[in-house]
Amino acid sequence: MNPYGLELTVLRPAMRVYLFVTCLVDTFFPGVGEGMVRVLDRLGVDVEFPAAQTCCGQPAFNSGYREDAQAVAERFISIFGNALQERRDEETYIVCPSGSCTTMLKVFYKELLSNSPIQLNKLALIANKTYEFSEFLVNVMKRADVGASYKGVVTYHDSCHLLRELGVKDEPRRLIEAVRGIEFREMEMHDACCGFGGTFSVKFPRVSVSMLDEKIDCIIGSGADTVISSDMGCLMNIGGALSRRKIPVRVMHLAELLAHTGSEGD
Amino acid sequence: MTYERINFETDSERAVGDEKLQHALVNVTNRFRSARNKASSEVPGWDELRTLAREIKKETIENLDRYLIMLEENVKKAGGHVHWAKDGEEACRIIIEIARKNGVNSVVKSKSMATEEVELNSNLERAGIRAVETDLGEYIIQLAGEHPSHIIAPAVHKTKDDISRLFSEKLGVPYMSDPADLTKVARERMRSEFLSAGMGVSGANFAVAETGTIVIVENEGNARLTTTVPRIHAALMGIEKIIPRYNDLSLFLTLLARSATGQKSSTYVSFITGPRRESDADGPEEFHLVLLDNGRSGILANGETRESLYCIRCGACLNNCPVYRKVGGHSYGWVYSGPIGAIINPQLLGIDKAPELPFASSLCGACRDVCPVKIDFPKVLLELRHEVKETKAETGKGRELFFERLAFRLWRTIVTHERLYGFFSSLMYYVQMPYRGESGGLGSLPYPFSRWTRDRDFPAIAEIPFRERWKELRKEIGEGSTK
Ligand code: SF4
Repeated sequence: MNPYGLELTVLRPAMRVYLFVTCLVDTFFPGVGEGMVRVLDRLGVDVEFPAAQTCCGQPAFNSGYREDAQAVAERFISIFGNALQERRDEETYIVCPSGSCTTMLKVFYKELLSNSPIQLNKLALIANKTYEFSEFLVNVMKRADVGASYKGVVTYHDSCHLLRELGVKDEPRRLIEAVRGIEFREMEMHDACCGFGGTFSVKFPRVSVSMLDEKIDCIIGSGADTVISSDMGCLMNIGGALSRRKIPVRVMHLAELLAHTGSEGD
Repeated sequence: MTYERINFETDSERAVGDEKLQHALVNVTNRFRSARNKASSEVPGWDELRTLAREIKKETIENLDRYLIMLEENVKKAGGHVHWAKDGEEACRIIIEIARKNGVNSVVKSKSMATEEVELNSNLERAGIRAVETDLGEYIIQLAGEHPSHIIAPAVHKTKDDISRLFSEKLGVPYMSDPADLTKVARERMRSEFLSAGMGVSGANFAVAETGTIVIVENEGNARLTTTVPRIHAALMGIEKIIPRYNDLSLFLTLLARSATGQKSSTYVSFITGPRRESDADGPEEFHLVLLDNGRSGILANGETRESLYCIRCGACLNNCPVYRKVGGHSYGWVYSGPIGAIINPQLLGIDKAPELPFASSLCGACRDVCPVKIDFPKVLLELRHEVKETKAETGKGRELFFERLAFRLWRTIVTHERLYGFFSSLMYYVQMPYRGESGGLGSLPYPFSRWTRDRDFPAIAEIPFRERWKELRKEIGEGSTK
């Protein structure tokens, strides 16, 4: 460790990350994608964005439309498969700022494509290389401190897929705690679902909002001014209620938080 | 028996708005949840035990035919009778026949969801046979003419005041507010019922194939009386409740008690192998075991959802489910509620009777985390969702579904064509303009998005999507610096 708390890891020169930017991030929250690029770039990673990507197919899969989901999944696999092919000899990864979409690729694709051995083969090649953002930083790059600083009191909402499908719980917290100037406070029921659940939130809005109410209470109870999470789905749900009720707590994706340096942050 | 179509949406909305119910649900689920968490953390290797239990269940269900025949043989060997019921109607008929043959006109009942499932009480009544529930919660529900709302706490939705009023109304006793007094009243009523009943009907938590033993787990002691005092005992159980060996019981009893109520062991565990023997001090003269299919073999036939049959009915998934915690048991429309209800109700009743239930979950997976036999709920729910769409089971919502299908087809076309995707997202950027509020978000959108914006703002589409921003970013971070 040097005086700034940065871990002095020597990076292998050609570590490369292909960004798997979810459709939600692309369309609504491009700042999250940008945050991810800035953090990875700061760490000396070579970042690429396979531009043909659109969506992983999760909305259709979760809604029961498997045929539609399959067409989208196959396209997705071929785009990332081709990208990896280009640099097969080097350390290349696919990194995604969403536990949910990473789960779609690593867990649900297997089910979706179970009747197509060829697709499963192709899938195996990319699935092994794919990581959710915080998981990648901590477990692959072995970095908890990524040189970020932020002035504020934050709390963390565990998104369900990241926590329960991918088993990622400590990684985001380690990253948050290493941010300079930050105060981290665990909220009660941090691992309870916020009520988003994709189309669930539209199919059963009353139930969804009732679940969300409990989450909002926990967030307020923590006394944090910022709530961090690793999935924009949850944050759009939580943020939507906070802004509707004019509650002065902001929502921020972990990648945006980690992109903060210097005296940024309020 | 014909069942009504379950209407989760309407029922759940009513439940969410019911403050009294909300209060009761929070209390009971929190209490059970922390008890279960504590109890499970005390057992070393808890997780391995769950895996083992799952494996045993898997093997059992996959060889169900063999184990059922073994069970039948062993029950008969012990002097009992075995009956096979393919559906609820047949199960009721069998039990009514046993009663008739023996001139029974009143029955005491204990510990059975299976009898709820086949609506035994009303069928007995129609046959002129009185049936009285003897477990307190069930008794309350019976008096109120309702269905249970929790697997192990059937009357959780009733407050003390509700029960006091119910008792004074139905039993003609004065209003009393002390739960101990209420229990005493119920107990006194029950005593005479036990003595006059010609037959006891129970469920079974487990049935051991190897020995022909049925096992009943309880805390009140009523099952013990139900199965020993009357001259005849009939047990009704789903065919999936079977456990291969006597030795497996210690594992399942540990998992059940700790997952259900957080107890190390439940207060009473009864092991019943056939009717009373010469040397026995008590017990019924006749023992009948009724094995209920009622849709279970259909679940067995489906390799993708078969694990639904591993369930040991501990109720832990209910207490941990954020949806159940808001909507309560009645929203699931049938005897089984919460996550397990969401997956077995559509399978037992027919998917067209409960097409909403597989969607009544945010797929958070909290249920899987606590299930003592590790049922993979999200996987089963997703499979059932697919089945609903495939079989077009949601017939009640013709137009809405037509548009939903169309929307997903359109979406598929867009996201499989990059240019179209880019065009569409910039188009939507302009379409959203009139909906933008002062905060920058969208405050009120047209149907179906209005279902979101009624209580939440919706984010605005970014003017420059990431794919566009990337072109600039790439220049900034030094294109090909390491290439
Ligand atoms: S599904 Fe699992 S957690 Fe739920 S009641 Fe059955 S055994 Fe218990």
